[in-house]
Amino acid sequence: MKYFRLILANLLRAKRRTFLTVFSIAVALFLFCTLRTVITSFEASLRASQATRLVVRHAASLVFPLPLAYKERLVQVPGVTGVSYGNWFGGFYQDPKNRFAQFAMDVPTLLDLFPEVLLPQEQKQAFLSERTACIIGRSLARKYNWKLGDAIPITGTIFPGEWRFTVRGIYDGKTKDVDENTLFFHWDYLNESLPEGRRNLVGIYWLRIASPDLAADVSRRVDAIFENSPQPTKTETEKAFQAGFISMIGNVQLLLTIVGSAIVFAIMLVTINTMMMAARERTREIAVLKTLGFSDGLILRLVAGEALLVSLFGGALGCGLAALAFRESDFTAGGFFPNFRVLPETVLAGLLLAALMGILSGVAPAISAARLEIASALRKVA
Amino acid sequence: MGSENGWLIHLRGVHKVYHRDRIEVPVLQGIDLDVREGEFVSLMGPSGSGKSTLLNLIAGIDAPTKGEVRVAGESLGTLKPSKLAAWRSRHIGFIFQLYNLIPVLTAYQNVELPLLLTRLSGKERRKRVLFALDLVGLEGRAKHFPRQLSGGEEQRVAIARAIVADPTLLVADEPTGDLDAKNAADILTLLQRLNSELHKTILMVTHDPHAAERAARILHLDKGVLQP
Repeated sequence: MKYFRLILANLLRAKRRTFLTVFSIAVALFLFCTLRTVITSFEASLRASQATRLVVRHAASLVFPLPLAYKERLVQVPGVTGVSYGNWFGGFYQDPKNRFAQFAMDVPTLLDLFPEVLLPQEQKQAFLSERTACIIGRSLARKYNWKLGDAIPITGTIFPGEWRFTVRGIYDGKTKDVDENTLFFHWDYLNESLPEGRRNLVGIYWLRIASPDLAADVSRRVDAIFENSPQPTKTETEKAFQAGFISMIGNVQLLLTIVGSAIVFAIMLVTINTMMMAARERTREIAVLKTLGFSDGLILRLVAGEALLVSLFGGALGCGLAALAFRESDFTAGGFFPNFRVLPETVLAGLLLAALMGILSGVAPAISAARLEIASALRKVA
Repeated sequence: MGSENGWLIHLRGVHKVYHRDRIEVPVLQGIDLDVREGEFVSLMGPSGSGKSTLLNLIAGIDAPTKGEVRVAGESLGTLKPSKLAAWRSRHIGFIFQLYNLIPVLTAYQNVELPLLLTRLSGKERRKRVLFALDLVGLEGRAKHFPRQLSGGEEQRVAIARAIVADPTLLVADEPTGDLDAKNAADILTLLQRLNSELHKTILMVTHDPHAAERAARILHLDKGVLQP
C-alpha cells in the first residue's frame, strides 16, 4: 500500500496519455459488456421458455396466420391440457422509435398458460372484464411512467390505425428472466376491429402439455392433423421456437464473440505499446530507484501494477457505464431484447478481462524495467 | 560496521573492462584501495579516468571484471541481485551530479523513497524525513516538487534522500558539477558537516580541486590507475 502513491504519481505524470488509455479500455469493455449482454439476453429468453409449452405456427413462416378454428382441434389432441393464442401486434407509442412488444392474446387462457406472469387478483379481474384493457410489464411501466388507469395510444403497423388501451394491470415476472417489457391486450378487441377478411386469424398457438416427455409426440400429432390442410403447422417446444427465432439472424454468438475479441485484442495492443513507452521514458528514474535499493522484483511489481491499475480502472468504468446505461435507459431494441440487462456475471467477466489485459500489457515493460542495468542506464541518459 | 582490518572500503586488484563493438575498453586496471570508517575521501581525475566507474563498483551498482570489492564487511561479487539491492538500501547513500529526483514526487516523497524499503511505520518515516530535510535546511520545502526548487535546493533534497536511511557510506558523483559557486560551496559545507558531526564516511568524485580540498584525503585516478 505504501507504494500505491508512487504508482499513482507515475500514472498521473502524463495525465492525457493515462486518460486516453483508460478511456480506450473503458470503451472496449463497454462494448464487451454490451455484446456479451446480447448473448445473455438470448440465453435469458431461452431460460424463460417453459418445457411444458409448445408453439404452433404456420409451417411456411411466422408471417402467415392460422385459422382460429384450429383451436377446437388442438384442445382435443391427447396430452394437451390447455390452449392459448395470440397475434404479434407490432405497433409503436407516439413515435416510431418507441417500439416494444405488444401481443393481442386470448386473455383467459393467457393467464392460465403463462403462470410466470404475476398479476394481483383484482388487476386480473379488471383486465378480464374490460375489452380495451391491457396489462404491461413492470419495466415498461417504469420506462414510460405508466400507471393503472392510464390510456395508452398505440399506432398499429401490421394492424394500421390508432389503438387505445387502458392499463388495468402491471405484471411482474416470476423470475428475472421473464420479459417485463411487453403489453398484452384482448385478442377479441383486435379481431372485432379488423375488416371481415382479416378476422379470425391467429399468429401463434401455445399448447400446454401434461409433461415435457410428451413434447415430441404431441408435436408430431398436431402437425399430422393439419399436414394436408391449406395452412399446415409447425409445432415445437417454446425453447426450440425461441432458438430458431434467434438463429434467423445467423450465428449471433460466434459473430459477437469474434467482434468482441477483436476489439479487446486491438485495445490490448495499444495498451501494451503505451505502457512500454511510459516505462521507456522513465529509464533514468527506474535506474535511480534501483540505486536506492529497489529490487528487480519490486520494480517489476511497480511497473506491472501501473498497467494493472489502468486496465482495472478502465474496465470498471466501461463495465459500470454499460450496466448503468442499460439499466437507466430500459433499452429493449424495440422489444427484440426484452431483458437487456448487464448481468453481474458479465461485469465480473469484464473485470477479469480487464485484469488480464493489465497483466499482459504490463508484462513486457515490467520485465525490461526489472532487467535494467543501473550503471549502463545512468550512463546512456546522462 | 567496518570490515576486518577496520576498512570500510577494501578493494584489491579491481579491473573493469567495457566492450564497445567488440573492442575491449579497459577502464580500471588493478585498483587497490582502502577507506576507513568516518573518512572523507575525494577522488579526482580527468574525464574518462574511471572515477565514476570506481564509485559505481563501490556503491554496488556495477560489477568488476576482475578483483574483489569489499564494502561494509560484504564481498559484493558474492551477492545475488536481490541481496545486493537490499545491501545498497542499507549501506549506500548515493548523491548524483544531476540530482536525479523523481519529478512527480514532492521533496518529502523523494526523501521518503529509501524508507519505503524498510519496515518503519508511516509515523516513524515521517519523523525521519522531516529530520533529514531539516538537516539540509529545507524543512519549509517539503511539499515542493523538484521543478519548484533551485538547483542547489534540489541537490540538498538529493542529499537528504541519501542520508535519510542512515547509510554506512555516502557516495557522491560530482555533487557540485551542475551548481554555481555559491551553491557548490554550500553543498560541500553540508557534506563536511555530515562527515564531522554525523561521522558519515564519504567518497566523493570530483574534477574540481577546490571541492576536493574539502576532503581529508584526496586520491588521483588516471587512465584507470590510482596514482601514488
